[in-house]
Amino acid sequence: MERVAIIGAAMTQFGQRDAWVRELLAEAGAACLENSGVKAEALDHLYVSNMASGEFEGQTGIPNALAHDLAALPAYTARIDQTSSSGGAGVYAAWQSIASGASEMTMLVGGEKMTHRSTAEATDVIASLTHPVEYKQGVTLPSFAGLTARLYLDTYDAPRESLGKVAVKNHKNGVDNPHAQFQKEVDLETVMESPVVADPLRLYDFCPITDGSAALLLCPESVAKEYTDSYVTIEGIGGATDTHVVHERADPTTMGGVVDSSEIAYEMADMDPDDIDVAELHDMFTILEFLQSEDLGFFEKGKGWKAIEDGVTDRDGELPINTSGGLKSKGHPLGASGVAQVYEIYQQLTGNAGPRQVDANVGLACNVGGFGNCVTTTIMEAN
Amino acid sequence: MSEQPPFEAAVYADGSITYPAHPRGPDGSEPVSTVDLSEYTATVITWTTSYATPPGVREPNHIAIVEFDVDGEPVRALGQVTTGNVEIGQTVQPVYAEELREPGAGIREPASQSWDGYRFEPIE
Repeated sequence: MERVAIIGAAMTQFGQRDAWVRELLAEAGAACLENSGVKAEALDHLYVSNMASGEFEGQTGIPNALAHDLAALPAYTARIDQTSSSGGAGVYAAWQSIASGASEMTMLVGGEKMTHRSTAEATDVIASLTHPVEYKQGVTLPSFAGLTARLYLDTYDAPRESLGKVAVKNHKNGVDNPHAQFQKEVDLETVMESPVVADPLRLYDFCPITDGSAALLLCPESVAKEYTDSYVTIEGIGGATDTHVVHERADPTTMGGVVDSSEIAYEMADMDPDDIDVAELHDMFTILEFLQSEDLGFFEKGKGWKAIEDGVTDRDGELPINTSGGLKSKGHPLGASGVAQVYEIYQQLTGNAGPRQVDANVGLACNVGGFGNCVTTTIMEAN
Repeated sequence: MSEQPPFEAAVYADGSITYPAHPRGPDGSEPVSTVDLSEYTATVITWTTSYATPPGVREPNHIAIVEFDVDGEPVRALGQVTTGNVEIGQTVQPVYAEELREPGAGIREPASQSWDGYRFEPIE
């Protein structure tokens, strides 16, 4: 099987945008084609990662709309919905399309338009992924985070402030990301005194509601060389699913989908956690950065919080995590997030991350849907 | 006064129990019987109070994950708690509520599911 290369990447400004989902997707898609010198007619496949454009905006059929808007006809199109991990699932689908030989040039565009809805409405659209016995209790994704954070802090004797330091770190990283929704530092005192949202978690433990889009171009490595000398290869990728009903998991502080998907990705790449130089994790809530960093094997179970205390995951630390600012600072337009994670790793591995640049040859992206319900882990290497 | 329905969990061929019931259990077998969890007490695994609730949900909303011990077999459930004065490890009992959340206020089609169920009340 020939290696799959990523030869281009683009993303829109994340934040509160006037553009609607169709326009956001076209903005990122057009920029990605332009950046990489690939013509739209070269696309064999075009995938759109999106969770809920029908529910948010009443716009369905967006892959077809995007193909028309970009003059990419007659490329095969499909929408990839895997809730918050739609982007990662899109990376998996795009990788499959190339690895299988079905396509020689695939573009993936992830996007979501959310900010025209109130926080309560947007929260409910996202919570609609839950099982009926969960939904009728009024559970939300933030409340799952509160439940898990309390158990984690209690089980591992971690200080509440360690979660706040995740927010501080990722906001600091976001200052240097021109596409981030928040390009502003916050101090620990501000985080710890912000309003309680889902006890013990406070406002700054949560990512914002965001509009935005991101895009990637994938092709076989032999084709990549026709376009550029600077690309990254997907060395390993894994997808896995955990229980739909969150409370049925034996240990709520372990994300089984992260464990399983990363094992597949590490094996495919013939790598282990020590080989990873930089990572983008799904910090929709600060607690998720601890859980994923442990379940990916970066740190022992229950020790993820010590890594932030020791500065290990800082931009200048041994293992920089969320150099983009993460979902926490960059924003979380559901279907775009997993694509934007890979965008950041692509920038890091091609040496184009500007002031966010770290010394990295291998990067990992972990995109989580639901509350760990669906996960894609992707390992990439500079060519 | 309406009759109180059971807090029904499914028992599978291998003896495992889940709430809610699934067409197939953890080992792939079909349910062979049910158990009414309202006849048991449970232990709080973790809890939260949510202050940013969706349309039709009480605010604040106290929620817990609890574990029942059904003759030695653990089974977990998530539900509202009657009070925010709750702790990990506390014992709770199920208390029936005719409407946990206002049907139709949120995005979910009202006819697609039930809206009554059980809250948990700390007893120790």
